[in-house]
Amino acid sequence: MIDYHALAPELLLAGTVLAVLTVDLLRVEKYWVAVVGLFGLFLSFIPVLTLGFCDTLTFCEDTGTRFLFGESYAVDSFSLVLKALFLGSAFVAVLLSVGYLESDRFWQGEFYFLMLSSVLGAVVMASSRDLVTIFVALELVTGPTFLMAGWRKGDPRSNEAMLKFFIIGVLSAALLLFGMSLVYGTTGELTFAGIRAEAAGIRGGDLEALFTVGVLFTLLGFAFKVSAVPFHFWTPDTYEGSPTPVTAYLSVVSKTAGFVGLLAICYLAFRDATFLWGPALWVLAAASMTVGNLAALRQTNIVRLLGYSSIAQGGFILVPFGAAVAAGVTDVQLEEAFFATVTYLLIYAFMNLGAFAVIIAGGNRLRSAEIGDWAGMFGYAPGLATMLAVFFFSLAGIPPLAGWFAKFVMFRAVLSVGGGWAAALAIIAAVNSVIAFVYYAKVVKSAFMDPAPEHVAVADLARMPTVPSLQFALVLTVAGVIVLGIFPGIIAEIGELTKTFASGF
Amino acid sequence: MGWFESGWGLSLVVFLPMVGAFAVLAIPKAKEEAQKQTAFLFALASFLLSVVVAFQFDYGALGDGSRYQLGTDLQWISAISSRYHIGIDGISLPLLVLSTFVTLLSVIYTWNHFPDPHNPKAFLALILVLATGMAGTFVALDLILFFVFFEVVLLPMYFMIGIWGDRNEVTLPVLRRTTEMRLYAAIKFFLFTLFGSAFMLLGFLALFFRSDMGLVGGTPGAHTFDIELLTEMGGMGVFAGGAAFWIFAALFLGFAVKVPMFPFHTWLPDAHTAAPTVGSVLLAAILLKLGTYAFVRISLPILPEEAESWAPAIAILAVIGIIYASLACLAQTDMKRLIAFSSVGHMGFVMLGIATLTDIGINAAIIGMVAHGVITGMLFFLAGSMSHRYHTREMARLGGNQKLMPIMGGILGFTAMASLGLPGLAGFWGEFMALLASFNPLEGLSLSLFRTLMILGAVGTVLTAGYMLWMLQKVNFGEPSAEWEGHDLHDVDRWEMAAWAPMLVAILGIGVFPRIVFGATNEAVIDVVDGIRAAIGV
Repeated sequence: MIDYHALAPELLLAGTVLAVLTVDLLRVEKYWVAVVGLFGLFLSFIPVLTLGFCDTLTFCEDTGTRFLFGESYAVDSFSLVLKALFLGSAFVAVLLSVGYLESDRFWQGEFYFLMLSSVLGAVVMASSRDLVTIFVALELVTGPTFLMAGWRKGDPRSNEAMLKFFIIGVLSAALLLFGMSLVYGTTGELTFAGIRAEAAGIRGGDLEALFTVGVLFTLLGFAFKVSAVPFHFWTPDTYEGSPTPVTAYLSVVSKTAGFVGLLAICYLAFRDATFLWGPALWVLAAASMTVGNLAALRQTNIVRLLGYSSIAQGGFILVPFGAAVAAGVTDVQLEEAFFATVTYLLIYAFMNLGAFAVIIAGGNRLRSAEIGDWAGMFGYAPGLATMLAVFFFSLAGIPPLAGWFAKFVMFRAVLSVGGGWAAALAIIAAVNSVIAFVYYAKVVKSAFMDPAPEHVAVADLARMPTVPSLQFALVLTVAGVIVLGIFPGIIAEIGELTKTFASGF
Repeated sequence: MGWFESGWGLSLVVFLPMVGAFAVLAIPKAKEEAQKQTAFLFALASFLLSVVVAFQFDYGALGDGSRYQLGTDLQWISAISSRYHIGIDGISLPLLVLSTFVTLLSVIYTWNHFPDPHNPKAFLALILVLATGMAGTFVALDLILFFVFFEVVLLPMYFMIGIWGDRNEVTLPVLRRTTEMRLYAAIKFFLFTLFGSAFMLLGFLALFFRSDMGLVGGTPGAHTFDIELLTEMGGMGVFAGGAAFWIFAALFLGFAVKVPMFPFHTWLPDAHTAAPTVGSVLLAAILLKLGTYAFVRISLPILPEEAESWAPAIAILAVIGIIYASLACLAQTDMKRLIAFSSVGHMGFVMLGIATLTDIGINAAIIGMVAHGVITGMLFFLAGSMSHRYHTREMARLGGNQKLMPIMGGILGFTAMASLGLPGLAGFWGEFMALLASFNPLEGLSLSLFRTLMILGAVGTVLTAGYMLWMLQKVNFGEPSAEWEGHDLHDVDRWEMAAWAPMLVAILGIGVFPRIVFGATNEAVIDVVDGIRAAIGV
């Protein structure tokens, strides 16, 4: 018998996807489609809460982790926290899209249909506990975003964005499948629990080499998804060319989904193979931080800058994985690393969505994403400029904005492992967080300290309002970044819930 | 007043300015008077409460075991075992009062001295946020809380320098581009400090993972960020060993950049020169103290063995700083830049005092910090007001100031005398006692080295007197240049007088009755030194 309560978020979201299509057929104003989508996301959030607080609710039978379809699908605190993150981020992403899509001639109904389908994939991803489900979930996340990236049909850059994204996406899917097939072939198992059990016997045997190749190719597939260096080349072009709300979605929901898959694979299936993924991800983390940050220094386009920034942030998120490089890493230390990654992802969602909200709001006024054109914003739009500073300095990790805690838990995870390699990674990360400050500050400097360029009509811009949906998104994210920065305990408690996951089932 | 003593008093001192910042932001842009009054009221309230704290403080309580008073210890981020633990002892009390005092005076001074591009609302809000960060750093007794407050001061100061700072063009050293001074100084200030504090945070984490609550009656194997507990563990030698060297090095990097010690000082002349007057005052008077205070509060007590082995290196760098800064001062033509470089020298005396690891030396360091706070703060006020009137800071053009503005000139003369360490004024005690302490450093430290450094330091005091008198001669004396004829150079106005009079009283008061500082610090300093002695067994 199927536990419908456990599946309720997915079912409600699937219902919303269909409802969005239906509403699109009706002859109503198109923004109603977005309203239905937002309502559906909110509705799907409710069962996430009831499942999360199951032990305190009378009607809910608390059964601990709920497994469905054998061991392929699990609803535990980790998956619930991540589902909440995906639904919340998607909610903000829809808010960001409304004004943007209204502002020009875009297909609207289909856009929300695609975005919500992709969110459904992300939500499924959080619960996937076998290779097939995780692959399906990942493709469901990615597939719709190929189309969304090309939504500005008349713009060659948008077409380029889509095409690059599509080709790289398909390539990475192929690599991922190849890796997964080798893992399946050597272990004979699809579920993560099964793979972990079988993997122990493979070590030292004939199949070890094949298994190793399988693990590495699987990692490679995910490395493309989270745009880790050197698999990041699609990212800046796709981010710059896509409609900005899509970029926001890609950099938060889609990227987080990739990390969630990586977390599940590394900590469950390859739990005993830290000696394989530890070093590999150490290298990717160090390279992503360094290359992402150095490349970001040279950018003049704010969206492209955030593209490189998100590559660098991805590197910081990978750092706790890389900490597992040390031999004899214990369960407690892995739990720390896991906790750090999840906490980072939660905070990253707030600040990155917020940063994009500001960019969309500023872009609406200025019709430009060149940093030079943003100069003098503090003079005519002090509120917007202040929020820009809040999000960018949060991304840089300056207290008392939420980003500091993300960086902090990352350092904490690395130092809890200790040893030369981990310490080296910590130092690389420390130097990188200083480099990162330079380009985040460059944008803030432009907005606060430089005079407005002459071609910008300051008086008109000062009177231009921000779309209400965008205002709502800004308020949500800015409140999140400030409150979580001062009381990071809130996010830490949530991250703490997921810790048990790292030690396996 | 039980609630006041159980942490509320200190918390109010720290957070009232922050509340004030939000209050100022809530006032419509056009109502400038209301913004100024609100900021003033919050700064005043914070200062008065800190005075109440000083009266509540029990100066003889050290014998009872707990050094920290009037604090509280509440849950904050339980997942990483970091707590909202605050409290003060004799070392932090004078600095806390200094920070609220200077903040209040800065708000008063700024009343009709808003630098371009004006915008009092944002400027006042930044001062108040800065005040919270500064006061918070002095009361924090948890490493993470300390880190957060330590960093909170960066953003307001960055904006203060970058928006209201000096608009003269400079050519960048390496990039060979010209940019405005304020932009260069703001980012340089931030990057230097951030670089230091990133490593400082790594050091804090390394301490955390080496701590063990089992030793102090807690759960064995549990870790802590609590400064009080870490100090206790440090006394037991928990952190001694190979890694301790690197931990001390990481902390040193974080604190030394902030002080700043030679060779990490290069951000300071630029930041101080480029900052608006109030920014320079707050930077010099308080922000630099965060670094030296951290040495006394964190590095020395928690890592006493390493403190001993690093002491000679710190002392050498301190004395290099003193001599180098004096020589650099003699080469300046810009009055504000000269005062900025003099800060490096004065902080060198403070660090020399700390490096002797004796009670005299550390007492000297703390009175040196307080004295430098009021004296150099005052000098920056003067430099700001003078360049406001003359529209130049070139000393060569300022000659004859005494005749043009007798009161301003008089105050400048008085403050310069205090800065060069004239006995009877505040600057004397810090310099004199630091040198005295290096005659007799902690047992085990090389006598010949420290006595050599003492002689070099004494040469430094002569050089200090030299450049201060040289500055006075150039700026105050002589005949006014013809270019000022017909200019309306009004002397000190009442807002300036209101802001400066308390500073001048403090300079004289501390000079004549150093007991108002030593009375608070001595017991706590002896406790710190005893801890170090016990740990290294001398």
